[in-house]
Amino acid sequence: MAAAQSLPALPMSKVKPGRVVAWTLLFIGGVIMVTPLLFMLSTSLKDASQVYDLRIVPAAPTLENYWQILGDGRFLRWLANSTIVALSVTVSNVFFDSLVGYTLAKFRFRGRYIVFVAILSTLMIPTEMLVLPWYLMASQFGWLDSYWGIMFPGMMTAFGTFLMKQFFEGVPDDFLEAARIDGLNEFTIWWKIALPLVTPALSALAIFTFLGNWTAFFWPLIVTTSAELYTLPVGLSSFAVEQSIQWEKIMTGASIATLPTLIIFLFLQRYIVRGVMLAGLKG
Amino acid sequence: MATIDIDRLVKAYGRTQVVHGIDLSIRDGEFVVLVGPSGCGKSTTLRMIAGLEEITGGQIRIDGRVVNELQPKDRNIAMVFQNYAIYPHMSVADNIAFGLYRAKLSKAEKRARVEQVAQTLGLTHLLDRRPSALSGGQRQRVAIGRAMVRDPAAFLFDEPLSNLDAQLRTQMRIEIKRLHHKLGTTSVFVTHDQVEAMTMADRIVVMRDGHILQVGTPLELYEKPVDVFTARFIGSPTMNLLPANLREDKAVLAGGGSVAVPRTVAPSSDILVGARPQDLVPGPATDGGLTVSGTVAVVETLGSETLVHLEEGGQTVIGSAPGRQIPAIGEHLTLHAPADRLYYFDKASEKALAAR
Ligand SMILES: Nc1ncnc2c1ncn2[C@@H]1O[C@H](COP(=O)(O)OP(=O)(O)OP(=O)(O)O)[C@@H](O)[C@H]1O
Ligand SMILES: [Mg+2]
Repeated sequence: MAAAQSLPALPMSKVKPGRVVAWTLLFIGGVIMVTPLLFMLSTSLKDASQVYDLRIVPAAPTLENYWQILGDGRFLRWLANSTIVALSVTVSNVFFDSLVGYTLAKFRFRGRYIVFVAILSTLMIPTEMLVLPWYLMASQFGWLDSYWGIMFPGMMTAFGTFLMKQFFEGVPDDFLEAARIDGLNEFTIWWKIALPLVTPALSALAIFTFLGNWTAFFWPLIVTTSAELYTLPVGLSSFAVEQSIQWEKIMTGASIATLPTLIIFLFLQRYIVRGVMLAGLKG
Repeated sequence: MATIDIDRLVKAYGRTQVVHGIDLSIRDGEFVVLVGPSGCGKSTTLRMIAGLEEITGGQIRIDGRVVNELQPKDRNIAMVFQNYAIYPHMSVADNIAFGLYRAKLSKAEKRARVEQVAQTLGLTHLLDRRPSALSGGQRQRVAIGRAMVRDPAAFLFDEPLSNLDAQLRTQMRIEIKRLHHKLGTTSVFVTHDQVEAMTMADRIVVMRDGHILQVGTPLELYEKPVDVFTARFIGSPTMNLLPANLREDKAVLAGGGSVAVPRTVAPSSDILVGARPQDLVPGPATDGGLTVSGTVAVVETLGSETLVHLEEGGQTVIGSAPGRQIPAIGEHLTLHAPADRLYYFDKASEKALAAR
């Protein structure tokens, strides 16, 4: 009785059964999604002997793994590789997808529809099917085992082009025509007028592209052979196969690799939520 | 300042021709209003003057120079758009300064010009604001400021007031008029609102279906419309048109009665007799004038006058009564219009029969 009274009084009228179900489901979902991450973090704080001790809170937490990983030149190299790759691809997508999207949205020219359909149709082809031609292309051009080899398939995407086209279509023609009368050239109109008006879409595209490339595994694994060119996910997986599986090292690396993602989510939450809604995507 | 000459101007989109060879000469410093129903080609014509739309045929000259092949930026014109086209991501000052994008002026000079324009338009205290923090009227003023700042040869307006509420529209109308008086810059103004056209124009150009029907001062159009379309388009409420049959010097109205017809009216059997509601008033009948009797169906009290809708023989005629004299609904009323205030049109061709 006393305990019940000390609880903050919930206005019963507001607790609808539907809400309770929703909260419960969300809670379960949250636990399911967060638990692996907690295990990852917890394992990274254990030493090799404790790895198979499944307690969430490590018995003897240690930062030793972190010092070792961060002291390992290879890891830092992979971190740098991932950063370079993800950033370059993001910048490239933001630039080219929006440039092409803008052209398709705002200019009438012969063949415009065919170009658009051609770009769109590539969305239907799964990555797994593209890997083979990519590989052949990379090997013919001598791009295997290079940064460019990792990056080239994603420098522009049909999805990004489509997304940007949809958004540029929402920019009133008046804006562009007024600028034309004021004497801006077409590139400047795009850069100074159209682009700032679609920043929500642009930031959504940037975030998705960055995260997609940061976590990309399949193609970087195929195209790289030398360890200096591994991206973080590929590098971490290589931990798993050399000698014995060093779970605590993998988890430490993964924890560090997750950090940028987490930071992005924390700081850009608003944009991500908006972006997901804008793009009609599932996160 | 500039003259604008349009010669046999044609615009076609693919195979559909939407402007059919129009001619128009706009004098230096003149305020010309293009008016007409939706889709008649007003915007298309204006956009061809601006250079935003390619010219299919004919010629446009600004200050005697053929501009057909010139880019918009090389025509030295400024345009104000219906949706203002001011950039939400820039301050008011930056928006206005955009008009000076190509001007070779120092930053300080540009700033001075912007401030001067802002002063003229009463925007000084808003210079640092974003457009989203402005009212519709203020936004429109910014758009005008941006057009003004360059001191262009001509202003082109495409329905700049249609997004404003009625009161603001009246106010901006006066402001634009005042500005034009002050700057004396040649202006072409597109609207489909006849009140705007009447109140602002030095000359009105009435367009329909890609043709120019009539060009004239507001009063010329009001007094001497060349056809039924212009007659009904200019003036509010619209002119009453009563079918009649022409017999010698009299027109016998289908609804009964007759009116005298001046000799200048060419003979034609079926005609339309027009009378503006403002001319059709209670009072003594005049010789040869129009007399309409009927039952009062609707009364619109405007204060200064009262509009009376009379039902007579299946057709409605609108007349007016003095503001304080409000007829009752259902009352039988007789209205008269003097002979010299009547209009005559051929029924088949809808052309005016006589310049009175
Ligand atoms: N890009 C285009 N392709 C085909 N036809 C067009 C195009 N733009 C305009 N038209 C047609 O040209 C005609 C004139 O259009 P315009 O925009 O000049 O009309 P408007 O007089 O300005 O009408 P409103 O008062 O509605 O603005 C219309 O019938 C329109 O359908
Ligand atoms: Mg228009």
